[in-house]
Amino acid sequence: MSSILTTEPAGAVPGPGPAAVPPAVQVRPVTPARVLASEWIKMRSLRSTALTLVAAVATMVAAGWIFGWATNRQWSTMGPEQVAAFSPVDTTLAGYGLAQLAVGVLGVLLVTGEYATGMVRATFGAVPRRLPVLVARAALYAGVTFAVMSVAGLIAFLGGQQFLGTHGADLAAAGALRGIVGVAGYLTLIGVFAVGLGFCIRSTAGGIATLFGLLLVLPGLGLLLPASWQDHVLPYLPSNAGASIISVHPAAGNLSASAGLLVLLGWVAGALIGAAVLLQRRDA
Amino acid sequence: MIEATNLTKKYGDKTAVDDLSFAVRPGIITGFLGPNGAGKSTTMRMILGLDAPTSGAVTVGGKPYREHARPLQVVGVLLEARAVHTSRSAYHHLLALAATHSIAKSRVLDVIEMVGLQDVARKRAGGFSLGMGQRLGIASALLADPEILVLDEPVNGLDPEGIRWIRDLLKSLAADGHTVFVSSHLMSEMAVTADHVIVVGRGRLMADLPMADLIAQASSSAVLVSSPEAVALAAALSAGPAAAGVTASVTGGQTLEVTGLTAAQIGDRARDLGISLHGLAPKRASLEEAFMEMTRDEVEYHATTPTGHTLRSAA
Repeated sequence: MSSILTTEPAGAVPGPGPAAVPPAVQVRPVTPARVLASEWIKMRSLRSTALTLVAAVATMVAAGWIFGWATNRQWSTMGPEQVAAFSPVDTTLAGYGLAQLAVGVLGVLLVTGEYATGMVRATFGAVPRRLPVLVARAALYAGVTFAVMSVAGLIAFLGGQQFLGTHGADLAAAGALRGIVGVAGYLTLIGVFAVGLGFCIRSTAGGIATLFGLLLVLPGLGLLLPASWQDHVLPYLPSNAGASIISVHPAAGNLSASAGLLVLLGWVAGALIGAAVLLQRRDA
Repeated sequence: MIEATNLTKKYGDKTAVDDLSFAVRPGIITGFLGPNGAGKSTTMRMILGLDAPTSGAVTVGGKPYREHARPLQVVGVLLEARAVHTSRSAYHHLLALAATHSIAKSRVLDVIEMVGLQDVARKRAGGFSLGMGQRLGIASALLADPEILVLDEPVNGLDPEGIRWIRDLLKSLAADGHTVFVSSHLMSEMAVTADHVIVVGRGRLMADLPMADLIAQASSSAVLVSSPEAVALAAALSAGPAAAGVTASVTGGQTLEVTGLTAAQIGDRARDLGISLHGLAPKRASLEEAFMEMTRDEVEYHATTPTGHTLRSAA
């Protein structure tokens, strides 16, 4: 197709005159890899991405170091039960509870930000099948979160052990590596869950409220249930399922690490399947 | 080529688009005209597959938009509501769209220059004026050099220079064989831009005809006459055997409006009657009025029998 749309034909026939026909714009089919490349450009070109990830890393590291330092200082005043329950791994990785809020909020925002601004129409205009966008964004955010939070977990752990002094451990300690990888994995799954939730709910306020409700409110509210019911509900909430993956000394009644992982994967799958179904059904 | 067949969209009880069938052909600019709320934007979203029709179908280049392997090369679109993340720069917005079709970065820079955004391309799109936003939308529409352009109210917010630029751009695109489908609620804008016009009111097809035909129909009406003896002239013109089909109504102290006679005939009669004329001008009913007339018909359509659909044409 000859085109007047190309103003500066790269590599056009040299010489003056209208004989130099500009080459058609090179346009290739939409593929999953290209959608991924597009999603990467979108993710890195928003300042909120970097800011929120920095916040997640900072809370993860700061909490680990502060808990390490405080525990070391208070050691002489701790009772025997507290000493028995102490784990140098759990203590220095405890910041993940805060970091999950930043990671979750960013996951929701990556989707609802597009709905709020209308960008989603451009996104689905370029990729009208829609599903590749969901897959690419979830996969990309999973990769980014896992990479960033593995490093954050490692720094929190290693620094935290220094602050723990003589009560610290090293990477070879029981549960240390599992804890660090577990934290990164848990945060990754929460991030992907939040992306799915964003596509389901589409509004920033609604998405974040739902996420916080699930992560923060329900575990507390569940304690109001009759004790016999609690055992059937509480371990299956995402936060408690995650704790069972990470903790060296899990709370009583929690699932095993592998069962907790399965439950968490179930939550993520539910959110992604819901997102996929709604994406196909609803108008953009 | 865009082809809509019995396209219908309902939101609950409300019918936004009602059994719309039309074809938009390449090589000309087709205007899509209707008052606000007539279903133009909904129709355009259905063309892009952003909204699913309740019934009926619309194809671009022979198949539904979503079934194309290179959708951006088939249809370039500017939707009325902005489709840009406000926190992202124009450059990265276009770069991200280009990446889905592996379009080179040089092309992104080209379209930025084409629409004149090179000075602000690295700034947040949220800070753009309405006109800059429109230019960015047009840049994204042109990115993959599409065969079909669908533009919803493209001149909105543009200054006169920008409006002229859009008109020239659309004309050269159409001349180059592209299909150009442009919506507007302003008949005056369509009159200078479009070669063909599709008129909708309340989601229904009101007219589908060449612009020239619409102008001819709209301008076939009255003559404005100014005379110191307006009343006497009106009486003389509308009396007698030659007055069949003539109406003459006094519209002011010295003015009257005459239909059924040409300006020349009125001048001749006035001379015969010995009445002096101070003014004699054919009144070209504005296209805006023709448009209002059509949409008023549509409102009446629900209350009375469907008469007066003279503008519906097989053209």
